[in-house]
Amino acid sequence: MLTAQRLIDPPHLSSVFGDSRVTSSSAYSSSTSYKDVAPTVILDRVSKVYPSGTIALQDVDLSVKQGEFLSLVGPSGCGKSTVLGLIAGLSKPTQGDLQWAMPEFRKDLAFVFQDASLLPWSNVEENVRLPLKLAGQSKKQTQQAVTEAIALVGLKGSEKAFPRQLSGGMKMRVSIARAIVTQPKVLLMDEPFGALDEITRNRLNEDLMNLWRQKRWTVVFVTHNIYEAVYLSTRVAVMGVNPGRIVDDLVIDAPYPRTEAFRQSPEFGQYRRQLAKALAEGME
Amino acid sequence: MRDKSLTEKLLSPDVLAPFAVGIVFILGWDLLVRIAGLPPYLLPGPLLVIQTLIENWGDLFSSLTVTFQITIVAFLTAAGSGLAIAILFTINKWIERSLFPYAVVLQTTPLVAIAPLIIIWLKENTFGALVLCAWIAAFFPILSNTTLGLNSVDRNLNNLFTLYNASPWQRLIYLRLPSALPYFLGGLRISGGLSLIGAVVAEFVAGTGGSKSGIAYQILIASYNLQIPRMFAALLLVTGLGIVIFAVLSLISDALLKDWHESAVNPNQ
Repeated sequence: MLTAQRLIDPPHLSSVFGDSRVTSSSAYSSSTSYKDVAPTVILDRVSKVYPSGTIALQDVDLSVKQGEFLSLVGPSGCGKSTVLGLIAGLSKPTQGDLQWAMPEFRKDLAFVFQDASLLPWSNVEENVRLPLKLAGQSKKQTQQAVTEAIALVGLKGSEKAFPRQLSGGMKMRVSIARAIVTQPKVLLMDEPFGALDEITRNRLNEDLMNLWRQKRWTVVFVTHNIYEAVYLSTRVAVMGVNPGRIVDDLVIDAPYPRTEAFRQSPEFGQYRRQLAKALAEGME
Repeated sequence: MRDKSLTEKLLSPDVLAPFAVGIVFILGWDLLVRIAGLPPYLLPGPLLVIQTLIENWGDLFSSLTVTFQITIVAFLTAAGSGLAIAILFTINKWIERSLFPYAVVLQTTPLVAIAPLIIIWLKENTFGALVLCAWIAAFFPILSNTTLGLNSVDRNLNNLFTLYNASPWQRLIYLRLPSALPYFLGGLRISGGLSLIGAVVAEFVAGTGGSKSGIAYQILIASYNLQIPRMFAALLLVTGLGIVIFAVLSLISDALLKDWHESAVNPNQ
């Protein structure tokens, strides 16, 4: 029942986007808009070699612009998740440099894992509260933020449910609520919807896109699904294997809000074909 | 609603099936004794055992409480020390590396062989000696299970805590201990029975007499005097206590895990 709910209820949505919708769509209607935007994080000839000798990444140059929705697309083992882990600071590059152009952003990042990675012994509310609790905030201080984040992902009424009682899509919503409860500036998502069925995935895609437009996060989104990448992103970086590297970098120049019409449009097909071609090249 | 579910529980196959097996076993036992004409000093019939138990209830039950005291003190000490040392192990890998082999030694040394030594060393404090023996039997499963649990934390959750700059203390309280809880409780269930066995074995070796003698002493004396029905009655009491300990620990475990762990989740919920 709850999976059918939206991240944002339509009336709420209209109030949120009341004025900004026009400006935001025009701001994103041109590909040049991100050329002038300051980068948030820069990977400069970054390589990552695991102790086993596996070269996960070789000479990766990537600059993530503030406020953009950047997707990393690539086959399994191309190092997409490694890039995300490096940005998150969960591991260090073996060679090259990873710089935060805005160091204050570094502390304001949140991560959404591939499997929702919830604490099974905590209910929805406590799972969402976790980052704030770890920051030393009391239950009283955090209650409003927690309630808001849960409402934002459409899980109002499920606060006391435990993860095992939730569907895959709902678990992912909890995971997103936990990520956004800290009001992050940078959101790193590691194939968050990879294990979901197509209908749930599409719904979550749409809701994520709306939230992103509302909250102005910088999003780095890892996926192996080209449709998802084109639909959501302002820019898509295609990665290749052996060794992991970036083979193409494509700006998706289409206005938001994107709808079903965009999915059916010829330009969507063109982007998709271009990405598929780059992916095929990356496999060689 | 709760009463109904309790009645349902009592009438469920989980309860009825072992109950039926028990009935069949006792009937078979009774028939065997009657048909083969076995004398009570070889194998007393179930009715005689029950009768003896009722007649000697005062004696036997007070002995059982002595054994129970040893068991419970040893068990609680084992639970506390097992948990504490397991936490210590995860704080510093070197502590684990240096101490774990000795925990294994403690586990693999036959209790019967070292119990006499312990009883001689602690001859001023027999209760303490018996508790120590039972503790040796009960300690290891808790230690090894809890250590395994504390080290079995999901990698993504670990990363999540790193990402949010969790302190080691927060990581322990909010992540590692809850992850280890099912393992710890599994260890407790094993150790509950083992501490009883440890207590009984130690009592056998100690052979303490007088008013403070445990149930093992009663079994020993009854067998010396060829009071086999009395021996069986005492045995029945020990077994009963073992079952009660296991059942109580299972209830505690289910209550603590019912919301989230597969082992305790009610499928109808």
